[in-house]
Amino acid sequence: MPLQMMEGSIAVAETVRLCRPQVISAYPITPQTHIVEGLASIVADGRLDAEYICVESEFSALSACIGASAAGSRVYSATTSQGLALMAEVVFNSAGMRLPIVMGIANRAISAPLSIWNDQQDSIMMRDSGWLQLYAEDNQEAVDLHVLAYKICEDHDILLPAFVCFDGFILSHVFEPVDIPSQEEVDEFLGPFNPYQQLDVKDPISFGMYATPEYYLEFRYEHDQAVHRAADALRKHGKAFGEKFGRDYSELVEGYRLEDAEVAIIAMGSICGTTKDAIDEMRAEGKKVGLLKIRCFRPFPAADIAKALAHVKTVAVLDKNISLGAKGAVGIEVKDACYGLGIPIYDYVLGLGGRDVRKKDIKKIVELAEKGSGDMFYGLREELL
Amino acid sequence: MVDRTIENFDCGHRACGGCGASSAVRMILKGAGENTIVVSPTGCLEVFSTPYPETAWKTPWIHSLFENASAVASGVEAALKKQGRLGKEKVLVIGGDGATVDIGMLCISGAFERGHDFTYVCYDNEAYMNTGIQRSGATPYDADTTTSPSGVCSTGNNRPKKDLPQILVAHGSPYVATATMAYPMDLMKKVEKAMNTQGPCYIQVHAPCCTGWGYDGAKTMEIGRMAVECGLWPCYEIVDGKLTSVKKVKRVPVDEYLKAQKRFRHLFKPTRNDAEIAKIQAIADANAAKYGIDIE
Repeated sequence: MPLQMMEGSIAVAETVRLCRPQVISAYPITPQTHIVEGLASIVADGRLDAEYICVESEFSALSACIGASAAGSRVYSATTSQGLALMAEVVFNSAGMRLPIVMGIANRAISAPLSIWNDQQDSIMMRDSGWLQLYAEDNQEAVDLHVLAYKICEDHDILLPAFVCFDGFILSHVFEPVDIPSQEEVDEFLGPFNPYQQLDVKDPISFGMYATPEYYLEFRYEHDQAVHRAADALRKHGKAFGEKFGRDYSELVEGYRLEDAEVAIIAMGSICGTTKDAIDEMRAEGKKVGLLKIRCFRPFPAADIAKALAHVKTVAVLDKNISLGAKGAVGIEVKDACYGLGIPIYDYVLGLGGRDVRKKDIKKIVELAEKGSGDMFYGLREELL
Repeated sequence: MVDRTIENFDCGHRACGGCGASSAVRMILKGAGENTIVVSPTGCLEVFSTPYPETAWKTPWIHSLFENASAVASGVEAALKKQGRLGKEKVLVIGGDGATVDIGMLCISGAFERGHDFTYVCYDNEAYMNTGIQRSGATPYDADTTTSPSGVCSTGNNRPKKDLPQILVAHGSPYVATATMAYPMDLMKKVEKAMNTQGPCYIQVHAPCCTGWGYDGAKTMEIGRMAVECGLWPCYEIVDGKLTSVKKVKRVPVDEYLKAQKRFRHLFKPTRNDAEIAKIQAIADANAAKYGIDIE
């Protein structure tokens, strides 16, 4: 298919259509709104044969996905920020019930103060929920990761839900050329939903029972193992995706000009694009800088990161989130992954609440890291403090 | 008519001896018949019937959270509809009063407004029994609970029961009823009727709790009948917004019903509190006037 110029949200909605969910349950919230509006139109126009449930809250949106998935249907929802926070209890519960639900997250800051703009605090705060977390650098990745997420989640060795995260406004509202796969290709890749078990009067089973101390620990262990196994499932299905669609997703992390880099920048999401441009300019000036993009935050690819960074002298992590009272979540985990390697790793919390991050900021951060200055909020307006 | 010999709620569960809810659920499932998928919120029922790896349910059953049973049921219904299974398979929610009139209210309102084809049955034991007898929005006036205790400055719960049946009538529900486990045939018929009515239907079932209310578990049926006979539990049906049937009774004063339970003991000991008992009698009288339950 030729590239089409589309808004990110519409590209996502069109891709979800191709995945043929039978039940869509969603509640509108900025900047996710265009996705659910797009899907509503698609269903209204008969371009997708699905039940579209207009729920009264995000809490009910994901709850309805639980019911529909347990009843044997492929499901979709999308949300962001406060919506995800309202869903919190259901997020954890749906993962524990091992239901293969795919949910788009148009990443947005968390209130208070109220902000509709981008950072990644919302999905990061759900990092311990047992959902897979994939992050898109651009709209093409947002499209591809939706298809791939269904494939991984519905794998009977995995059976987990997944967030497909893409930065709110920066990707969701931006027009970019994207390659939307054909229906035939997606059908061949995904196939129809084949539930591992379901609510069925012909074969009655109980879902969502309670576990006493004799059993609970094993449930958590099995869940953790499944999240870890998802790394290999991503590699396997990501490779198959590459063979079918020409875009390879067999790696959980991706290096950019990293092979001979002395300074490595680590980032997730759309900021990677800006970083790549900044790296090109710094390389032209003779600076040996590279990027390690993290595409999959859960499971966290610790071994892949340690391996990719083994040769660098300094690491600068860009965190669009903050674990208040500690540091940025990605920075904390990268330090854990690289424990014992002896590489200085500096964390920079930046871009929160939609604060712009430009190439000059990336360059400035490289300078700070080289000087050994880090673990800070970057870009604060001192006059406001 | 559905086969009343079917037992979809098996023996061996962990309910207290004399539990009104477990008896109610057995009858509810007999009314619902085969081909029923049950959704339950967190509560007594979920805990006493599904300790992993055992289950008392012989019909498909799902529990997710305390407050989302109606939303989960909405999803189940939508999936069945899309798969062409709806009608052949039906969706039934069974939840306690805490999950229903309090924390689950938003999801219930949303599901009823959207018009999903399912039946919601609340087994009303008039408090949060699972967590140890705390008041809910369905706790009756003056009942002593651990969060509405009677004391020097208190006569127990200071608010009347929230009238959820009428709230759901206002949502345009095609079938709303009240029933009690003390009249099993009436309960089963109402459930069967609701399950065969298109759209979101609601039945609130009086389910005495011997542990929470403080009476001998052998007397659950008796206590249930006393509630109806004194007018504190009117049994009625509202079809398409119109009252269509009411259980008529030769009413007795509320005293005997109250005296039979420890949760109202403070109204009689150390001295009889005439003023408060009169207020409860007024609630029964208002029910009688509203629903016309008196045999003339």
